[in-house]
Amino acid sequence: MPELSVDHLLGIKYLNAEDINLIFKTADHFKEVINRPIKKVPSLRDITIANLFFENSTRTKLSFELAEKRLSADVINFSASQSSVNKGETLIDTVNNILSMKVDIVVMRHPNVGAGVFLSKHVDAKIINAGDGTHEHPTQALLDSYSIREKLGNVKGKKVLIVGDVLHSRVALSNIFALQLQGAKIKVCGPTTLIPKYISSLGVEVETNLEKALEWCDVANVLRVQHERMDINYFPSTREYTQLFGINKTILDNLGKKIVIMHPGPINRGVEITSDVADADQSIILNQVENGVAVRMAVIYLLAQQIKR
Amino acid sequence: MSKKILLNSKDIEIILHRLACQLIENHNDFSNTVLVGLQPRGSFLAKRLADLLKNQYHIKDLKLGLLDITFYRDDFRRREQPLTATSTEIDFIIEDKKVVFIDDVLFSGRSIRAALTAIQSYGRPENIELLVLIDRRFSRHLPIQPNYKGRQVDAINEEKVLVTWKETHKKDAVYLENN
Repeated sequence: MPELSVDHLLGIKYLNAEDINLIFKTADHFKEVINRPIKKVPSLRDITIANLFFENSTRTKLSFELAEKRLSADVINFSASQSSVNKGETLIDTVNNILSMKVDIVVMRHPNVGAGVFLSKHVDAKIINAGDGTHEHPTQALLDSYSIREKLGNVKGKKVLIVGDVLHSRVALSNIFALQLQGAKIKVCGPTTLIPKYISSLGVEVETNLEKALEWCDVANVLRVQHERMDINYFPSTREYTQLFGINKTILDNLGKKIVIMHPGPINRGVEITSDVADADQSIILNQVENGVAVRMAVIYLLAQQIKR
Repeated sequence: MSKKILLNSKDIEIILHRLACQLIENHNDFSNTVLVGLQPRGSFLAKRLADLLKNQYHIKDLKLGLLDITFYRDDFRRREQPLTATSTEIDFIIEDKKVVFIDDVLFSGRSIRAALTAIQSYGRPENIELLVLIDRRFSRHLPIQPNYKGRQVDAINEEKVLVTWKETHKKDAVYLENN
């Protein structure tokens, strides 16, 4: 069996197509494991994993923790709000203190871009990036592609639309890299103020008309408007955003086909997506959450495999 | 490297019939028994035995599952080569069933130890038996012995027992390889 070509999972940018394929094949086995009566395997009995969350998270943190526990690893959790970071400790000091407790893998979410890369150069542990600012969120992109592959059989050649706040989204960037590696076609749609200026240099097309964009795609990945990252007003009002870029049942019913709806969560119901769309059969939002555990188990398992005692 | 043939296809056919009859002797109509082939190599033997029991010995409701033990092995991260997982296909309940593990070669017993842990994820069986085509004597690391065996072989550690099947190598045979 081939190994991952990387020592850490810092971003999709550092992976190749074989890595993604290997992660998905391994995740298939773990998906079977998490649907057994006893959903646990003993593979990582002697591995300790620290989950360092310097930024709020519900789903990702729970999903990582569950994945780690399903693999029988020992888990320690850390949130910046309850720690010495507020007392002025540096990132390297915080992490090195945690590593002296003999931790093998660090899963980190951090508000600063490149925090994972920085850490991987300074500490002796496997680093998994669980989101670094507006940069990358590799496991989310992997589980999104995995869910598309599960629903449509293949990612290659599929037309994927990313709708919403692309500018502030690490999910969008990681998804673009992951989908391109697997041969999908990508368009982004949203207010021009929330589309990064240089997006076309990534080979991604921009469409500002939501109906046209939806007509084109097989899959729509709907992003949340990240008010917490907005220091200025990017659009006049939430109401206007919803009218122009919100996805509702009427728009979907008027399309000539049934497209797959995805959302990385958390959903602002009634803003970027209406409740009836979020809960419709064509939405795979909850499948994404289930697949998240299997994909994260695969990533942790494959990285742990490289640790030699 | 020398290669000696231990069993040819005729020998294997006779052994398979004998093993099938021994299973029937202990499990009658298999109403409370399930066969579980250990992935990847035990699955060929398990499928062959299941076909034989169904077609030649008219066992109607035979349940066959395949169990992957990769995530339960004790040599994870201790080998040069990474381990490859295969699929587990068990679509029945193990609880209170008699389980027969099927594998091609019994060597150190470590795979069977892993399988004993793995099967617990599917329930608590009434009992577990082990059937192997080749039992390599004097090589065990653990106190595990087969209940049914095709042939017992005394081989030294440098020697390797290789089982080939029609499905993958065009020929049923068992070889003893010496490096």
